[in-house]
Amino acid sequence: MKQPKYLFNAGRMSRKDNTLKFTPVDEDGKEGTPRYLPIEQVGDLYVFGSLDANSALYNFLGQEGIAVHFFNYYEHYTGSFMPREYLLAGKMQVDQTKHYLAPKKRIEIARRFVEGAANNILRVLKYYENRTRSTPDCVDSTLLDAILTVERLLASVPTATDVPMLMGIEGNIRQTYYDTFDAIVGATFCLDGRSKRPPRNELNALISFGNMLCYTACLSTIYHTQLNPTISFLHEPGARRYSLALDIAEVFKPILVDRLIFRMINKRQLQPSDFRVEIGSCVMKEAARKRFVQGFDEQLKETIKHRVLGRSVSYRHLIKLECYKLQKHLLGVEEYRPFKAWW
Amino acid sequence: MHTVTGSLIGMYHICKREMWLHANHIRMEHNSELVAEGKQLHEQAYPQRAERYREIILDGSKIDFYDPYDKVVHEIKKSDKLEHSHVAQVQFYLYLLRRNGVEGATGLIEYPKLRQTQTVRLEEEDVPMVETWVQDIERIVTSEQCPDRIAKSKCRSCSYFDFCYATEEP
Ligand code: SF4
Repeated sequence: MKQPKYLFNAGRMSRKDNTLKFTPVDEDGKEGTPRYLPIEQVGDLYVFGSLDANSALYNFLGQEGIAVHFFNYYEHYTGSFMPREYLLAGKMQVDQTKHYLAPKKRIEIARRFVEGAANNILRVLKYYENRTRSTPDCVDSTLLDAILTVERLLASVPTATDVPMLMGIEGNIRQTYYDTFDAIVGATFCLDGRSKRPPRNELNALISFGNMLCYTACLSTIYHTQLNPTISFLHEPGARRYSLALDIAEVFKPILVDRLIFRMINKRQLQPSDFRVEIGSCVMKEAARKRFVQGFDEQLKETIKHRVLGRSVSYRHLIKLECYKLQKHLLGVEEYRPFKAWW
Repeated sequence: MHTVTGSLIGMYHICKREMWLHANHIRMEHNSELVAEGKQLHEQAYPQRAERYREIILDGSKIDFYDPYDKVVHEIKKSDKLEHSHVAQVQFYLYLLRRNGVEGATGLIEYPKLRQTQTVRLEEEDVPMVETWVQDIERIVTSEQCPDRIAKSKCRSCSYFDFCYATEEP
């Protein structure tokens, strides 16, 4: 069973026969005990610490179809090493490109991504609305108002005739949504408006980091299908190199990232002391980052009973199913309907 | 152009959608594991056979185990039941041999799991039948349209199951 590996410590990675050898190196340059990872157990590598590696290693990883995702000191995703595409399918590529090139076809798919995101946002909002309502003498109507606004905006999605217009609606949905975060976790953290580059405070740092993890999880999944990750529909190709991962992540962020953030904060698994506020930006301390990545990883492994397939599937597999549905849409097999959380 | 292969013939007799997807290179990743498993089965069940049998390629299609001395096509299936599609696949190989001037070859499907074998023949009058399959396959795999799903219990064990059945309730 392949599993993603997260490397937090600095060290050197090399090939040792058919295993990966990781030798941690501490701040003084002293080598620790190496760890060996059999290649057939390794999914993608997520590199947070500094990594020494040579081309023999990358050749090996490429040959095994393993991607490496890099994050910098500020937990920003900085890029990926992607092995040569290995599941090429001419017809799939052509159909995907056709759907991007024809404005009518493109907007149809783009709308679905926004609808998917909005529906899952509503799920999150309704859950917390329910909880606050059961709290005695709570008079705050922030969540209820936001639900109504998001529902109204969602209803206007079909009226968007081009992508910029749709992006406008999407932006408003997100704005409305983020404005409720303070009401959800306000006692400990405060979002105080969304800021990205760099994130100004703790909650912003968490959202950015979580969104990156979601994006890379989508990217890894897309890579194991015949979809081309650079051709996207909602986001402009080129917004980031693998912009299709941005499209798909949109649908999953509320469920995979935001819920995790709220849960961890409300259970006090993340505290203000886990962050270091620097001039104009905010960084998660290493221990907290590990906890959060672990939480995210567990979230991806968690399973739910799929209503249509009639069996249990992991959250990670849900992303795969999303790719399949998109493929079917592009091949003209079945219209794409985005994943809608029902719990 | 798509080359008609033994596996396409097999799929043609099970599920045309599977055949179309496979021919258009939309394959499921874990297929490679199944393929590996199949290979292993060959090696485990018949470690000594490489000597006598040849891999031959006729009109672009590959026959894995052909015994030129006895003119027998061997096919090993890990399946736990005899299937019509296996017979069709071997009939196709016999057809290729016949078309390339080899008369009177026969086929033998071996089921190690069942400890059974099945003999396959292709008479002159069967040739048009195989030709119909080949033409039909060419027509289907070059078509824009992916064939419909089959609603069968077969799907449960098919590598495309999640692909075919992944959908959202409205
Ligand atoms: S899941 Fe069923 S319909 Fe789909 S390819 Fe397999 S056999 Fe055919």
